[in-house]
Amino acid sequence: MMVPTLKRIAPQLSTLVALIILITFIFPSFLNLSMVDGRLVGPLVDVAKRSAPVALLAIGMTLVIATKGIDLSVGAIIAICGASAAWAVSAGYGLGPALVIALSAGIACGLWNGVLVSMVGIQPFVATLILMTAGRGIAQLITEGRILTFTDPSFGWIGSGTLFGLPVPVWLWLATGVLMALLLRRTALGMLIEAVGINRRASALSGVNARVLLIAVYAASGFCAALAGLVVTADIRGADANNAGLWLELDAILAVVIGGNSLLGGRFSIAASVIGALIIQTINAGILLGGFPPEYNLVIKAALVVVILVLQSPNLVTHFAFLRGALPTRRPSEQVQQTGKPKP
Amino acid sequence: MRNPRLLPLFATIAIFLLALLICFIQFPNMFSTRVLGNLLTDNAYLGIVAVGMTVVILSGGIDLSVGSVIAFSGVFIAVVLRDTGLHPMIVFAMLLAITTLFGAAMGGLIHALAMPAFIVTLAGMFLARGAAYMLSIDSVPIQHEFYGLLQSYIALPGRGRLTLIGFLMILVFIAGILIVHKTRFGTAVYAFGGGEATARLMGIRKGRVTVMIYAFSGLMAGLSGIVFSIYTGSGYSLATVGTELTAIAAVVIGGTLLTGGAGYMFGTFIGVLTMGLIQVYIVFDGTLSSWWTKIVIGLLVLAFILLQKALVRLARREETLLPA
Amino acid sequence: MLLTVKGLSKSFLGARALDAVDFDLAAGEVHALLGENGAGKSTLIKCLTGAYHRDAGEIALDDQPIDPRSTSQAQDLGIGTVYQEVNLLPNLTVAQNLTFGREPTRFGLVDARARTRMAREMIEGYGLDIDVNRDLSSYSVAIQQIVAIARAVSLSGKVLILDEPTASLDAREVEMLFKVVRDLRSRGLGIIFISHFLDQVFAISDRITVLRNGRKIITEKTAELDRVKLIEHMLGHALEHEVEAQMAAHADEQPVRPLAFSFRGIGRQGMIEPFDLDIHEGEVVGLAGLLGSGRTESAELLYGVRVALTGEARDANGPINIRNPRAAIAAGFGFAPEDRKTDGIVADLTIRENIVLALQASKGWMRPIPRAEQNRLADDYIRRLDIRTTGREKMIGELSGGNQQKVILARWLAMNPRFLILDEPTRGIDVGAHAEILRLIRELNAQGMSLLVISSELEELVAASDRIIVVRDRRHVAELTGADMTADTIVRAIAAPGTAKEATA
Repeated sequence: MMVPTLKRIAPQLSTLVALIILITFIFPSFLNLSMVDGRLVGPLVDVAKRSAPVALLAIGMTLVIATKGIDLSVGAIIAICGASAAWAVSAGYGLGPALVIALSAGIACGLWNGVLVSMVGIQPFVATLILMTAGRGIAQLITEGRILTFTDPSFGWIGSGTLFGLPVPVWLWLATGVLMALLLRRTALGMLIEAVGINRRASALSGVNARVLLIAVYAASGFCAALAGLVVTADIRGADANNAGLWLELDAILAVVIGGNSLLGGRFSIAASVIGALIIQTINAGILLGGFPPEYNLVIKAALVVVILVLQSPNLVTHFAFLRGALPTRRPSEQVQQTGKPKP
Repeated sequence: MRNPRLLPLFATIAIFLLALLICFIQFPNMFSTRVLGNLLTDNAYLGIVAVGMTVVILSGGIDLSVGSVIAFSGVFIAVVLRDTGLHPMIVFAMLLAITTLFGAAMGGLIHALAMPAFIVTLAGMFLARGAAYMLSIDSVPIQHEFYGLLQSYIALPGRGRLTLIGFLMILVFIAGILIVHKTRFGTAVYAFGGGEATARLMGIRKGRVTVMIYAFSGLMAGLSGIVFSIYTGSGYSLATVGTELTAIAAVVIGGTLLTGGAGYMFGTFIGVLTMGLIQVYIVFDGTLSSWWTKIVIGLLVLAFILLQKALVRLARREETLLPA
Repeated sequence: MLLTVKGLSKSFLGARALDAVDFDLAAGEVHALLGENGAGKSTLIKCLTGAYHRDAGEIALDDQPIDPRSTSQAQDLGIGTVYQEVNLLPNLTVAQNLTFGREPTRFGLVDARARTRMAREMIEGYGLDIDVNRDLSSYSVAIQQIVAIARAVSLSGKVLILDEPTASLDAREVEMLFKVVRDLRSRGLGIIFISHFLDQVFAISDRITVLRNGRKIITEKTAELDRVKLIEHMLGHALEHEVEAQMAAHADEQPVRPLAFSFRGIGRQGMIEPFDLDIHEGEVVGLAGLLGSGRTESAELLYGVRVALTGEARDANGPINIRNPRAAIAAGFGFAPEDRKTDGIVADLTIRENIVLALQASKGWMRPIPRAEQNRLADDYIRRLDIRTTGREKMIGELSGGNQQKVILARWLAMNPRFLILDEPTRGIDVGAHAEILRLIRELNAQGMSLLVISSELEELVAASDRIIVVRDRRHVAELTGADMTADTIVRAIAAPGTAKEATA
């Protein structure tokens, strides 16, 4: 199991390492690590911590994209879940109930998306657009339009606390990633999801319950978004319905494609997507360190998207295996629909 | 029904009239030329960008970059006016050339890479926003005296104001209606949304049309950026975040099928006005909060998507009932 | 001759789709092109319309050599095509469709009135009384087809290719379409007509060309060809030597086997008339019929791909509700579909994963099949079915058609089903693999599995089956057993001259 996984994530891993080396070359302090008050501090730890929201989202998004779908609503779900957690905490329900409320809200949002996609049959992009539009309104409804701040230290700990020397958000994405990967690869879920993403019809004819799987995948994405929402909210100790998670859906999609997962569905690797999230954050850190204004970020991301699109394009018979890992290239012939084919 | 494709348009108009009725019953004084004039002025930039979005969506595509392009346009105009002595009209021409080329480039990529439009225009969204940031992070005021002229209006009876930009939006919609319903390009746009493979069999040149569609959307986004800069009198790189979503919502509420091929430019006009009306209602009410706008719009979008879905299902059932 | 094709060849990835095919078409003639799936009809058409570029051979139109590189080029040369569907855009009006690409304009804008006039002129003489300014989709398929023909004729005007234009029309609509075709013929067009409805072919065509496996078999005047002969040509079967051999093979009657499944009145409007079917344990039932006769539809209803609107299914324990494939699988069914690429294989999964897919799905995601067990299953079937591969971890999409089919079979064998439905199991497979799959069918059968086999290969069907059901015009029309079960009787049952009038009346 280990060797194929390593081979699969090798391009992403080497990109990340190359980036780190490049930045270290210019700013040797980048690799500085030190223990302060029992916690590890340094730019690398910071990168890992700041990656948390996108890494968490990317885990769920990977699954959705594996089924040939897309979830545009995760940014809005972050806002909803952050708002409900902040509301629950400031209303004095305590941390436990607040977490339960926020996570159930995320799963409920995911289920809503899943039902629209799987049962009603709306394309994923359109279905999740609805929640993307209305979601921030719902979040504002919860916060009543204010930035809902709270002082509960235990909730704040999720965003800025330390556990065994590492920031809690790092543990969160690590644990979620590992657990999700185990859940998918130690059971048959992963393979069934891939089968549905590659050929839903053939899978259904083989008895795969594609409907339920699709709903589950969107629910998982909602759950991951809820976790990301908790991190974002806890970090700033306040729920900002307008700006929490803004554009993060795009970063998450970017992380997934940097992870070499095809937008056309099929084979996926959660580890690669998470490394994709780390790559995005490392670039951010490099730009900051370089004294460039952070606005360069967006331009670089745009360039990244274009490069990856070129690599994934079914129109170009690509010879570079870079970033595509061991994924087979979809042959363009599969996209050309036969015309005039007799089908009852 | 003579043409089931008209049903969503009728639904759009019915909802608009219903909204008007509710407004009239609750706030009879809402109906002044002033509110009407403001409705046009406040939604001018949205309306113009929605014209471009309608064309893109009719063709079965999507353009997520428009919000960023509007922001870029504002900053570009403000910065160039601040740093050079060029006349605004020349700056506008430069800007429209840039945004049109930008759209054309996205269209070219969509065609050449055979990749989904939303991901390509997503890159465009990043790029345009990043470019705006690079020009200026802060809000840049526009102080050219020509802008005073552009902000002029015609006084309507009853303290109303028909502003230049409100008027421009109406002109753009008329042009949009002509383009969509009265040109070969417009027919090609519908053909694309109706079925790309069939459209190609019928002799459409896919690459050219794709480039033209996104170039048009870029042009409209640029024009909308100009209008927005006139409206706010400044350029700000953080402005109009999420406007692409609002524009898409206006198009969908206007009765256009989000998957393309069916819809009317006039519907988008009504859609924009409906969304504006919801906002005006909330302002007049005073107790309702602004977030209800988003929720109501989300619900309307959902309702229209379900309506369209039901229509498609109905049409398909009729087909399968034919003895084969 | 209006159109002459000489020695046309076309290969895909080494597989010959067309092998030195000759074809000609006279002005004022309807020339039918017949053949089963994969015979090369559509490849030939696509070479004519420029969708494919031929590897070798010549095409001449009006004695001038032509070399169309795209559909629009072929159109300009004078070759227009109308397909079964996707000819025109349902979301545009009839007039917009007709004038698409050459709309009359005034001051740069489309002149709607002139367009209406132009469209009316174009459909004049086709016997249509329709409002050209309504959406195309508001009219029946037959009218849409005629509009498509009108457009093709006005654009091209020499050769009209009709590719299965009648597949979704009823008898009255077919007659309406044929009237148009006859008119065009008398106006001097050359018409190539492709259909799998033989009655229609006999009703409309002047000459018939039969293709099989990429080769031209015959070109004959329709009047000089009878139905039985024609079907023999299409299915590649000569009647003479068969009879005795089959008699011997089936002389020893099998013992009466217990009933495994019984289906009563299974049907769905528009797919197939209600039919009864009994499947005994260890029995192979063959389903014979031409393409489009309702044979695949029968299988799809049995397996729950489409829900049967009438009828019920029972097994030894009572009624079973087959509402979807999962329910069918739970009842012990398996199904290897006809269209392997879109319905069978999961191309980007490995051979191993494709083999365990159905088994895993039925166990549920919570109980993963251990990797060692998966490997054992995969290796076992790769060996037993002789799947030619470099290993079990190869993507199934990279295998040849025959090996893909074996993997699909392995997928079902791993389930150990009680009833396996095989739709065209030997289609598009090389001869060696053919024999192996047939051998496999026998083996399974010997182990007590019941099978329903659909095939256009009559000898194979006769050799493999205990009983054969003949499907025609979306009805189960005959059941052949014992000595009656010969390719000869099947061909006669399919041809059934009596129905010729019925369908076109």
